[in-house]
Amino acid sequence: MAQEGQVLDVVKNFILSEFLPGEDPGRLTATTPLMSDGILDSIATLKLIVFLEEQFDIEVEAHEADEEHLNTLHAISALVQAKRKVAPTG
Amino acid sequence: MLLHQYLDNAARNWPERVAVQEAGGGSITYHELAELSDRLRDRLVRLGVRPGDRVGFWIRKSIDAVATIFGALKAGAAYVPVDPGAPPARNGYILADCAVAALVVEQRFEQALRKQLAEHGAHPAVLAIGGSGGGAHLRAALEEVNRHDPAPAAQVAPPGPDQLAYVLYTSGSTGKPKGVMLTHRNAVSFVEWCAQAFAPTPEDRFSSHAPFHFDLSILDIYSAVKHGAALILIGEEAGKSPQQLAQLVADARITVWYSAPSILSLMTQFGELERRACPGLRLVLFAGEVFPITHLKSLVRQWPHPRYFNLYGPTETNVCNFYEVPTPIPAERAEPVPIGKVCSHLEGVVIDPAGKPVARGAEGELCIRGPSVTQGYWNLPEQSRNAFVSAGTGPVYYRTGDIVVEQPDGEFRYVGRRDRMIKKRGFRVELGEIEACLYRHPEIREVAVTAVADESLGMKVHAHVASRSGEKLSLIDLKRFCGQHIPVYMIPDVFSFHAALPKTSTDKVDYQALKALG
Repeated sequence: MAQEGQVLDVVKNFILSEFLPGEDPGRLTATTPLMSDGILDSIATLKLIVFLEEQFDIEVEAHEADEEHLNTLHAISALVQAKRKVAPTG
Repeated sequence: MLLHQYLDNAARNWPERVAVQEAGGGSITYHELAELSDRLRDRLVRLGVRPGDRVGFWIRKSIDAVATIFGALKAGAAYVPVDPGAPPARNGYILADCAVAALVVEQRFEQALRKQLAEHGAHPAVLAIGGSGGGAHLRAALEEVNRHDPAPAAQVAPPGPDQLAYVLYTSGSTGKPKGVMLTHRNAVSFVEWCAQAFAPTPEDRFSSHAPFHFDLSILDIYSAVKHGAALILIGEEAGKSPQQLAQLVADARITVWYSAPSILSLMTQFGELERRACPGLRLVLFAGEVFPITHLKSLVRQWPHPRYFNLYGPTETNVCNFYEVPTPIPAERAEPVPIGKVCSHLEGVVIDPAGKPVARGAEGELCIRGPSVTQGYWNLPEQSRNAFVSAGTGPVYYRTGDIVVEQPDGEFRYVGRRDRMIKKRGFRVELGEIEACLYRHPEIREVAVTAVADESLGMKVHAHVASRSGEKLSLIDLKRFCGQHIPVYMIPDVFSFHAALPKTSTDKVDYQALKALG
């Protein structure tokens, strides 16, 4: 199972390359607010969810597609980790 | 006929029918809505609101907001809704600009708003409500006050049909939003056209997807109320989620859907529409921007049963052209559908830059006149004058700023804009307003914003920046900065950094050269 640090890095790299091209990676921290600060708008959030589902083989429920669950890299990693623990091993 | 008389009639004809339903479960009948809005009217009058005044509100989409709208109208005032998601600075500007006499605001927004209003020297009477949902918070706020002052309010002389009913603020090219003034006659003439075009009945269930500061809400609210139908409110968050919306259309048995194309495009891609049977859905109406034909084809394939209408018209006229989409859409169609013929209650003319009507079939600017056309912008006499043109005989026409062509079949086809306004998610965005925002950033020396059509984004907004240091700036920092001044949908999709912006021979920013960069 991936460690939280690895999940965080994978998600961070996706967000940087997809939505923040050319940005200094050091600026995007585990706690940078993504949705509330307008860095990810609603369409970017949908793309993020598709990425998370495909990359980590999880399902994100409609009620989890919001600021409470996805506003920081930390929150996103925690969500992914929680779902991977629940999923049966392959 | 005045807008709130639709509610008076509905409360008499259909008192027990559900008027408004919230996705969370709260609902209110026509009788209850009439009574709650009467009480708000009385409170507003006691707070000093007089016919002709403006009443602002900052309330999330809810029964409380709908009751506030009708309470303001009944007090003879024009309502001024602000975007619940916009920054306090923008909302404060709007409410101060139109000098609202009173304001109904959710507690969570109150402090920040009062601060902004004070900075503009505005001190309206404020009715704060604890929250929004079910009408309960509004009821409680009215209860609280009524306990201290049970005297009945003075009688209100009804406004005439040419008095303002609402002022809707849209993006302004100079950086400040401008208020479109709309009278009871403007709205009622449009609602009467809707009645002929769509034949609503009390069995209809209208979606309320558009926020109340967007003129799509006029069709939603007043068509529902006029015909005793149900208005199904969709909150700000749910309104962005394609899966939730698709489920809602099925669960709430929506019969009439009306929204900008972009959310429908998302629903066809992410909403799993084939899984949700919506046999009740009889009309899908869309307006506000071009509907990319690939997504429209996909939508019609997934939901083949409803009738589809493309509705076109700026806030200044509400819907002025309409086109029923013949379905199924032929697979080989590669062009967006036309905007259609001018609505029967209006007249249109297509003019050249000199103001002369063009030959039939030639390109020109679409101009509209008739009972649903605005008198102008709040407190902007010059901009208001410039928005109208005389073309031939009779009253002046409103210039839409849209270039169209009349097809041989009489339907108008949209060609493009005359100026620098685009649509993002159906909302008007003046590229100049985004530039004005970025010019306030201390690190930015020069900025020019362009927009190009984009398959997935609709319009891709690109900010070209030259910083004071000559260095690249942090995207995170820029986006966060923008979010403090403009709504999220106006934040540029792409930022690129230049040592200096290219100029034309007359030393103006060379927008063509920038647009060519994509």
